[in-house]
Amino acid sequence: MADAVSAVGGAEFRGAVTVREVGPTGMITLRGDLGSDAVAKAVKAATGLGAVPGEREIGLDGDKGAAWMSPDELLILVPYAEAEKAVTAMEKAPGKAHALVVNVSDARAHFRISGAGVREVLAKGAPVDLSPDAFGAGTIRRSRVGQVAAAFWLSDTDCFDLVCFRSVGEYMFTWLSTAGAKDSLPGYLS
Amino acid sequence: MTDFRVKSRGRVNTDKPVKFTFDDQIYEGFEGDTVASALLADGVHLMGRSFKYHRPRGVVTASSEEPNALIGTTRGRGRFEPNTRATMQEIYPGLKTESQNKWPSLKFDLGAINDRLYMLFSAGFYYKTFMWPRSFWDSVYEPFIRKAAGLGKAPTHVDPDNYASRYLHCDVLVVGSGPSGIAAALAAGRAGSKVVLVDENSEMGGTLLSEPTVSIDGQPAWSWLEGAMRELDRLSNVRLMTRTTAIGYYHQNMIGLVQKLTDHLGDVPEGAPRERMWRVRAHEVVLAQGAIERPMVFHGNDTPGVMMAGAAQTFLNRFGVLVGKEPVVLTSHDSAWYSAFDMADAGAKVVAIVDTRDDVPQDLQDQAKTRGIKTYLGYTATGTKGRLRVKALRVNPVRDGKVGAAHLLPCDAVLVCGGWTPSLHLFSHTKGSLEWDAEAKVYLPGYKTEAVHIAGAGRGLWGIASALEDGTRAGADAVRSLGSKAGTATYAVTNDRTGTGITQKELPTDRSPGKAKAFVDFQNDVTAKDIRLAVREGMKSIEHVKRYTTNGMATDQGKLSNMNGLTIAADALNKEAPQVGLTTFRPPYTPTTFGAFAGYHKGAHFEVTRKTPIDAWAEEHGAEFEPVALWRRALFFPQAGEDMHKAVARECKATRKSLGIFDASTLGKIEVSGPDAVEFMNRMYTNPWTKLGVGRCRYGLLLGEDGFIRDDGVIGRIRDDLFHVTTTTGGAARVLNMMEDYLQTEWPELKVWLTSTTEEWATIALNGPNARKLLEPFVEGADISADAMPHMSVAECTVAGFRSRLFRISFTGELGFEINVPARYGKALWEKLWEAGQKYDICPYGTETMHVLRAEKGFIIVGQDTDGTMTPQDAGIGWAIGKKKLDFVGKRSLDRPDLVAPGRKQLVGLLTDDPKVVLTEGAQIVDDPKQAKTMKMIGHVTSSYWSETLGRSIAMAVVEGGIERMNDTLHIPTEKGDAVTAKVTGTVFYDPAGDRLKVE
Repeated sequence: MADAVSAVGGAEFRGAVTVREVGPTGMITLRGDLGSDAVAKAVKAATGLGAVPGEREIGLDGDKGAAWMSPDELLILVPYAEAEKAVTAMEKAPGKAHALVVNVSDARAHFRISGAGVREVLAKGAPVDLSPDAFGAGTIRRSRVGQVAAAFWLSDTDCFDLVCFRSVGEYMFTWLSTAGAKDSLPGYLS
Repeated sequence: MTDFRVKSRGRVNTDKPVKFTFDDQIYEGFEGDTVASALLADGVHLMGRSFKYHRPRGVVTASSEEPNALIGTTRGRGRFEPNTRATMQEIYPGLKTESQNKWPSLKFDLGAINDRLYMLFSAGFYYKTFMWPRSFWDSVYEPFIRKAAGLGKAPTHVDPDNYASRYLHCDVLVVGSGPSGIAAALAAGRAGSKVVLVDENSEMGGTLLSEPTVSIDGQPAWSWLEGAMRELDRLSNVRLMTRTTAIGYYHQNMIGLVQKLTDHLGDVPEGAPRERMWRVRAHEVVLAQGAIERPMVFHGNDTPGVMMAGAAQTFLNRFGVLVGKEPVVLTSHDSAWYSAFDMADAGAKVVAIVDTRDDVPQDLQDQAKTRGIKTYLGYTATGTKGRLRVKALRVNPVRDGKVGAAHLLPCDAVLVCGGWTPSLHLFSHTKGSLEWDAEAKVYLPGYKTEAVHIAGAGRGLWGIASALEDGTRAGADAVRSLGSKAGTATYAVTNDRTGTGITQKELPTDRSPGKAKAFVDFQNDVTAKDIRLAVREGMKSIEHVKRYTTNGMATDQGKLSNMNGLTIAADALNKEAPQVGLTTFRPPYTPTTFGAFAGYHKGAHFEVTRKTPIDAWAEEHGAEFEPVALWRRALFFPQAGEDMHKAVARECKATRKSLGIFDASTLGKIEVSGPDAVEFMNRMYTNPWTKLGVGRCRYGLLLGEDGFIRDDGVIGRIRDDLFHVTTTTGGAARVLNMMEDYLQTEWPELKVWLTSTTEEWATIALNGPNARKLLEPFVEGADISADAMPHMSVAECTVAGFRSRLFRISFTGELGFEINVPARYGKALWEKLWEAGQKYDICPYGTETMHVLRAEKGFIIVGQDTDGTMTPQDAGIGWAIGKKKLDFVGKRSLDRPDLVAPGRKQLVGLLTDDPKVVLTEGAQIVDDPKQAKTMKMIGHVTSSYWSETLGRSIAMAVVEGGIERMNDTLHIPTEKGDAVTAKVTGTVFYDPAGDRLKVE
């Protein structure tokens, strides 16, 4: 892995919240009929999850997960080293419907933002209701943060995981660092 | 000095004196004062000079609609803020302020000469004056107007402050915290809704702050207010935000709020944001913005000391300041009578109440009498005395429509009230209709386009009791719209001040109307006479009157002037107001800083910069960069002492001689997958795909429906049912969108899925005779020998142990490979190739060398050599069209008569007669350089470079009928006035047989 370089080299920022680039994450794009058996079996094969996530949902089980990205697209999360194996498993999963399975583990930067004010930080840049009653565990939103597209979900209490395209990883990191600066949170959602 | 302060009144903290400066003079006010209230407490009314005539102007309101008292505030370098309303700027120790639009001083201003030249500056002045002679526009008029235009000074330094930005979602947003807003917030807050209550002032309460004598539920107004605010504060579902202006109301209940965070602080915490823009998405909105008092239009109504009666009442009750000791009240509404009573009760000697109405409620007349105030009913005002401060008001009786003899009422302030205009600016932003109430002569909210509720004075209601009742109703309506249950609340109000009034045009006068300076719009210096002149000159719609006179076009958007202007225009047109129309209010409600809009979009976040996985290497190796779409790409890699020209010449030479390495990661990549993938490709691209074998690739050309070139790129067939499509760097997102569009809406029957893999792959291009020699030892799982992997092939394999899609293609004419590996290994692979390539003198090259090398081969760049009006034939790449194909996007258009007509602009090569001359890209081409101007232009240069390989300049150009004009001599005029001559050629300048690809 010495040759692997992530978007911002595992950088970390500590302010009102902590922003950290997560190590390599296996990510697989699956496009298909989300109601089909084939997709359910592919999800099961890759993640072990028994259910296909519904609209704006993410199912997580340890270091594996499946997230709803659009009415015909899922994002499968697996450990980085298992991505190719998971792609093969998904392609071999029985089922008639055609689906597209692509390893996109390198296409994205993956950040973890944690701390008491984390909802405030994201609310600075994402036009999303981040109050606890509107955005709880098991929710994923594809939206934008600042000027770039991003998807984020609660990975723990006061802890969000966020993915964006790799090329804008540096922008995202500096943006989150600015938004997460000390004493900069208006305290609306805390 | 502070003899206008009434210590028993007001809410300022008299224990905390605060010193500040205005035009370098030190003043002292109290904590809680605004600049306006503190200056008034020192008897200062003169706070500015007017825009056009530089007339002395005093403060007229106590709030954000203030048109006159605009000041500059400064906190040091980069922190100068012009046009701040003195009525809104709170004082803090050390605050520095200055008046505007004056020279050399506020009291003696040379610009006031304009006032004497009044006749020159009448309505339509700009249109009439600056028409002739035309040649004067650039040299004389425009510079003059630039210099004279605008209020205040523009800041000249970069703003060092931070501005924050936030999204917010709530159930009910209440705008305005007067009695109706508070009642609405209580109703919704008690019902458990998530409520946000905002007010632009530093303190909540609105009218209640100005009317302490009212009592609510048996308590004095201020005690009740304190209790209500305490209750709201304790409700965890209610958020209160002061100094927060709702600046705009946008679609689907999106409201922009600007919260001022530090402008009132003496000590600003390091790095604290100055303002925060809240973008609120509210399920329901309650607009409780009250009403704005209208001035009266009469000669001299802009003299300092003439101000709104309601403002005087606010200065007295909220700030403990008497705006004058001997005021005259001039009104057409009951409300100003109460202002007079408050002034009298606080110790002022109210000289008189002059009311234009004949009938005034007896109760008011009695109260005036009790206080010893003279009353004049059925009177008009025809002038003022005093220049820098009003000294007397000239009044005349009006009997049977005739203006009688004048007499003077000596005074030190004139408090006017021409009625109240419901404040419906935000409602107007929603395009909700405003309907004319013929009786009250006001516009009131009609049908609504958003989930919005108007409460209180905005609906033409008057008095605290009805405001509380209506606010409760609006809050409950909002709660019910949310599907929740609303409680009930009633408030018992005593000593309420209800009242009515009338709306009128400019007051009748006994003077020549042509000489009257009766101001309608203070900020833009528009008079009643200007409006009547505009009507006489043919302006029939209020929109035309507005633009011709500039009435309502100042930064206050006519908050004081619109209704008076409309009433006068309607009178001049002999129509009812609604037949003349109403101008549109637009965001922002009050002037808003650019900083608030910019928020985090500055400095490093100003724009997104996309970086490739190899960007860091390029930076370490001294690359110069250029922006391409949002990407940052290495332009060239200069060595010591090299400029771009030298570096590019060296990079070109090294690549053609041995080996060049290039970062092509920005190319768009799309995975096209599915049983119908080949059919989909056949329909999208012009080329035939059915017979393309697995492991082979082909140049693909994409057209729009119109037959014009949209994009191109090399496309490889990875499997029978899987294509790896590449697009141009800038076209990546556009092409994927176009594909999805066709797939979802035109051909839903095709079993195909698409996804972008642009960011998954780092792409390294190796070009040059030694490319294979370098690459071969790294490759496993594929044979890349010339026989096994001919030009235009693709293989899945590993390179240096990394999973790879390896293409043999060439955009330089040399033996070439493009190696795709997962992005995180891009830099590692580049470094391995770089190290191993040293024995071949490997040369990293940037986009400029790439451009030169491809131009030498005549390869086009979509968007540079094409411009969205070029067909494949125009671009000389008709061969890319599958002649036997039944259909593809754009096919039908290619046969349209215009697209096959002779004389279309076609892409050709140009070789200058002097090989050393490099043409300018974009230069126009003519047949005859001696023809008279304007010359007939027959095309332009699209690409032009110095070719080190050929030892001469080369260029491509689009020329009318160009393909038929080989060897013709054309002329390219230069900016020096001469012209360069060049011959038309083919576009392939180098190795036309393609021998260089055939390296064994």
